[in-house]
Amino acid sequence: MTAMDDAVRVRGLRKVYAGRTVVDGIDLDIRAGECFALLGPNGAGKTTTIEILEGFRRRDGGDIAVLGADPAAGDRQWRARVGVVAQGLGAVLELSVHEMLQHFATYHGAPRETGELLTAVGLTDAAGTRVRNLSGGQRRRLDVALGVQGRPELLFLDEPTTGLDPAARRQFWTLLESLRAEGTTILLTTHYLDEAAHLADRVAVIAAGRLLETAPPDQLGAALRLTAVVRWTEDGAVHEVPTATPFATVRELCTRFPTGELPDFAVVRPSLEDVYLAMLEDAS
Amino acid sequence: MITAPPPSATRIGLARARLELLLFYRNPAAVIFSFAYPIIMLVIFGSVFRNSHVAGGVTYTQYFVPGIAATGIMLTSFQALGVRIALERHDGELARLQALGTPPLAYFFGKAAQVLVTTTSQLAVLLVVGRYGFDVPLPADAAHWLTFGWVAALGALAGTVLGIAVSLVSKDARTADAVVPPIAIVLQFFSGVFFVYSRLPAWMRDIAAVFPLKWLTQGMRSAFLPDGARQAEVSGSWQHGLTATVLLTWVVVGLVICRRGFRWRRTA
Repeated sequence: MTAMDDAVRVRGLRKVYAGRTVVDGIDLDIRAGECFALLGPNGAGKTTTIEILEGFRRRDGGDIAVLGADPAAGDRQWRARVGVVAQGLGAVLELSVHEMLQHFATYHGAPRETGELLTAVGLTDAAGTRVRNLSGGQRRRLDVALGVQGRPELLFLDEPTTGLDPAARRQFWTLLESLRAEGTTILLTTHYLDEAAHLADRVAVIAAGRLLETAPPDQLGAALRLTAVVRWTEDGAVHEVPTATPFATVRELCTRFPTGELPDFAVVRPSLEDVYLAMLEDAS
Repeated sequence: MITAPPPSATRIGLARARLELLLFYRNPAAVIFSFAYPIIMLVIFGSVFRNSHVAGGVTYTQYFVPGIAATGIMLTSFQALGVRIALERHDGELARLQALGTPPLAYFFGKAAQVLVTTTSQLAVLLVVGRYGFDVPLPADAAHWLTFGWVAALGALAGTVLGIAVSLVSKDARTADAVVPPIAIVLQFFSGVFFVYSRLPAWMRDIAAVFPLKWLTQGMRSAFLPDGARQAEVSGSWQHGLTATVLLTWVVVGLVICRRGFRWRRTA
């Protein structure tokens, strides 16, 4: 894999607002066709980072190539290859969902068919509803439909499932999986761990403007995962032994309790959430 | 996968024009005041001052119609766009257009089409009400209609460009709402719409002469009033050359501001 295959390449990205550094030296490499998640708490700098990559914000330092170009100088051809689903994009309130999609279809060289889009985001039944009267979740789905309408090579999704109910979230995940199958590169920000774990090939954890770690979800926080907890109940008291060598502990227990069952015995590995929270705690 | 190249700016511009017109008819509340104001004013002032004369056999209503027509052009172009574009920026509609790589010219084309249609229909209603409700003669012959045509076109063009420009000056939608209409109102009093221009204090006339509305109003008078009425003008002539020059200068000023400062978002 050479640098030419990277859809996004970021080195030492910095952004300062009113003397406060909100993005502090971030490096990213996102391969073509990859689904990459930026995971972090509110205010971590996720949205600022993605808005710089989208070409909507200026940066104060660092080098960026998005689809081979500097987003700050991205022209129409470049923009057509990039799809954006973001928080602050307005909609034409007086149009129906169908009219809105039909109108914006004219902005693309080869737009997805409107009926197909409506099905994909689950808005078929709301096709005739004025945008003004949509619920928050429906608006979000419309945003997603508009973001993927032009069949972008690279799709930016800034907290795409915030405000969606669980069923709509599942449906959205299915949509993303089908986009990936078509070869779309996806960069999404989220503060939902399960979402990152479910969708992303790799996850970058970001806190206070710094990148803590980049890894596939099941390898995130490898150092933190080394510690397992061996737990059992003895004489009515719960015992918990954190250890890097749980099997040695188990052998020891076998010696001490050669017969019978050990009540509540378990070897517990930290969940992704435990790892994530531990990383954030270490960072602060 | 490879994304198809985007369509031409013309195609998007035509789609924008269709959209702007659809929205105008679908949500008339947003523009109804700009649209109906001159007609309402004509009915009020025409009824109150029905029997007044200004000078040289010209009735007040005859003098008022060109002025309120000029005002109408300013409102449907400058005021409607200045307020509307700031609002679209505030609501993120422009950020959406930016995200889609919309060429600014395609967006402006849609706005210009809206101005063209609203201004034309507004002037048509105004002239019909003036002619049949208040006996105000229409431009006398082809030459006077031609004057009406170029003055209206140049005025609407200046208003469109300056409307886009003023939406950039105001920081957000609330400021645009607070800044643009007062400018429009004060200019009406200074430019000879409600009062006879030649009888205004010199300082008022001097201020008005800097801005387009005074020239638009005077140009409209030259299309509607008998040629003899030019003697009642401050300069004793219709000043067509100067009118065209001032309006074109404002078009250029507006274009420079738009070219340098147009932005889709409130902050960068």
